[in-house]
Amino acid sequence: MGRRRDNRPPDGVRGGSGLNRRHGRSWRRARRARQRALGSLARQLVLLCGAVLVVAPFLWSITTSLKPIRETFAPPYLYPVHLEWRNYVDAWQAAPFARYYLNTAIMTAGIVGGQIAFAALSAYAFARLRFPGRDPLFLVFLGTMMVPFYVLLIPSYLIVERLGWVDTYWALIVPRAVSAFGIFLMRQAFLAVPRELDEAALIDGCSRLGILWRVVLPLSRPAVATLGVFAFLFSWNDFLWPMIVSRSPEMYTIQVGLQVFMGKYGTQWVKLMAGVVTSTIPALFLFLLAQSYLVKGMATSGLKG
Amino acid sequence: MKERRIKARNRYRWDEIRTAIICLAPAAAIFAVFNVVPTVWSLVLSLSDWDWLGTARRFVGLAQYGALLRSPEFWNSLRVTVLYTTGVTVLGLVAGLTVALCLSGNVRARAFWRSVYFTPAVTATVAAGVVWVYLFDPAGGLVNLWLRRMGLPGPAWLTDPSWALVAIIMVSVWKRLGLNTVIYLAGLQSIPDEYYEAVSVDGGGVWAGFAHVTWPLLAPTTWLLAIMSVIDSFQVFDLVYVMTSGGPMGATEVMGLYLYRQAFRLFHMGYASAVGWTIFIFVFLATLLQWRVSGAGGASIYGASTR
Repeated sequence: MGRRRDNRPPDGVRGGSGLNRRHGRSWRRARRARQRALGSLARQLVLLCGAVLVVAPFLWSITTSLKPIRETFAPPYLYPVHLEWRNYVDAWQAAPFARYYLNTAIMTAGIVGGQIAFAALSAYAFARLRFPGRDPLFLVFLGTMMVPFYVLLIPSYLIVERLGWVDTYWALIVPRAVSAFGIFLMRQAFLAVPRELDEAALIDGCSRLGILWRVVLPLSRPAVATLGVFAFLFSWNDFLWPMIVSRSPEMYTIQVGLQVFMGKYGTQWVKLMAGVVTSTIPALFLFLLAQSYLVKGMATSGLKG
Repeated sequence: MKERRIKARNRYRWDEIRTAIICLAPAAAIFAVFNVVPTVWSLVLSLSDWDWLGTARRFVGLAQYGALLRSPEFWNSLRVTVLYTTGVTVLGLVAGLTVALCLSGNVRARAFWRSVYFTPAVTATVAAGVVWVYLFDPAGGLVNLWLRRMGLPGPAWLTDPSWALVAIIMVSVWKRLGLNTVIYLAGLQSIPDEYYEAVSVDGGGVWAGFAHVTWPLLAPTTWLLAIMSVIDSFQVFDLVYVMTSGGPMGATEVMGLYLYRQAFRLFHMGYASAVGWTIFIFVFLATLLQWRVSGAGGASIYGASTR
């Protein structure tokens, strides 16, 4: 309220002569500039405080992972003063993290590759080819997005068990190798590629699949990248399904392994944090590399439903 | 109309159909085996009594759903899920909008801040959960350390039935903040500057700009984020499993965990499937709402709120 009273010209006259009005306008502009400077400072302060809260868990886990064990709970908390790399050696010896890494990498490669390949093929059919039942089929594909994973969980496990896939990479990869979201995303991208290019290629003697590979797909690189990043993060961070279909420690993914590791070494925080940092780095690294795709993808997928 | 349809059918070309079959066969096969069949199977299971261990499956109609509605454990899990969902959605929206407002307009180092706030969203839930268990450690954890420093008593968080869910909600808000911020930011950037200038010419300050321009024009974004948050939160599993496994005394047993325990610990496959379909009903209702908001209904909400 007080600020608004400031807004009035000093002599208390509003409007009046042209000179006075102009004076009032410049005054208002000055007030706005000052307010903006103050606001900007306040915003940066809020952002800083929030960022400390957001980042503290990361800093604390890194710091702890580098502490000697008897100083686990001693300050400083957010930046390391010790560099006890032994903790990492201990953690990697206590659990087969290398094996978990390998499993996760194989699973992730399969899921990312599968989702991109199958999405590109299906999306090409839906976006470019005329065949009977195309639109109903597309709706069925999209409809699967609505069924929550909990509904599929039990029968999917029973199917995997019957196929003899429990404790194999097949179980980790195949059920998740097709993503309806990916097909949708890719179809949107393909529709944006001008059809004239297809026709030109067709006249030049290119096969239909050749058009997908040589024309449509190269022009949809951002969509491919977005889907790739999403699939990577999904796969790297997934937990429930890998936990259910892997029995032996040799088939654990990194998230399952980490959870088991916590159950075993519940309060050996230095070792545990070394494991956490180990398991988090690839996804964080990818995020730093690909954040623009990710953020854009999130924003559009969110806004388009 | 009919004529045109016949013409369209005539336009199908065999080489296109053949290519389409080649393109769609692998994806359709996987979808059929791991989406369509399980969906139908799950429906059948939810109408049967089966404990997985060899006894014959018996058709029991809707008895599992009846048992569900009589089970206090189920109602507890529903209550916990609704509490969790409400907490995460409301707090997440408030936090996301706050950060987005701070980031909109001419802010220095926006890309940097955005990345910082987005980091938790790409961190694995299991890893994040492990770190937060450590942060909530009653004796040496950072949370209680900071609370003590401010002269506040810290609860035993994850082992205290009245605080465990609060702790999990806080972690979920932390994880969701980046997504909410980014989408709110996209919404904010679509509001023309002239609207704020108009408010300012009318003598309105920052608050008036928020109340008469930002908030009403962001209504569709808010709706969308709220519904997305409800859909995700209703299906939470990883975080709760890692942090509390549903304890203490069922205080954090969300529906996903309840289903998991019924299916993979107690082997009540039929009953667990019924729980799954209950989750589906809630998620489906939220999805319908999302269609109304983002589809044709979006415009009307938009119009109503700007009036």
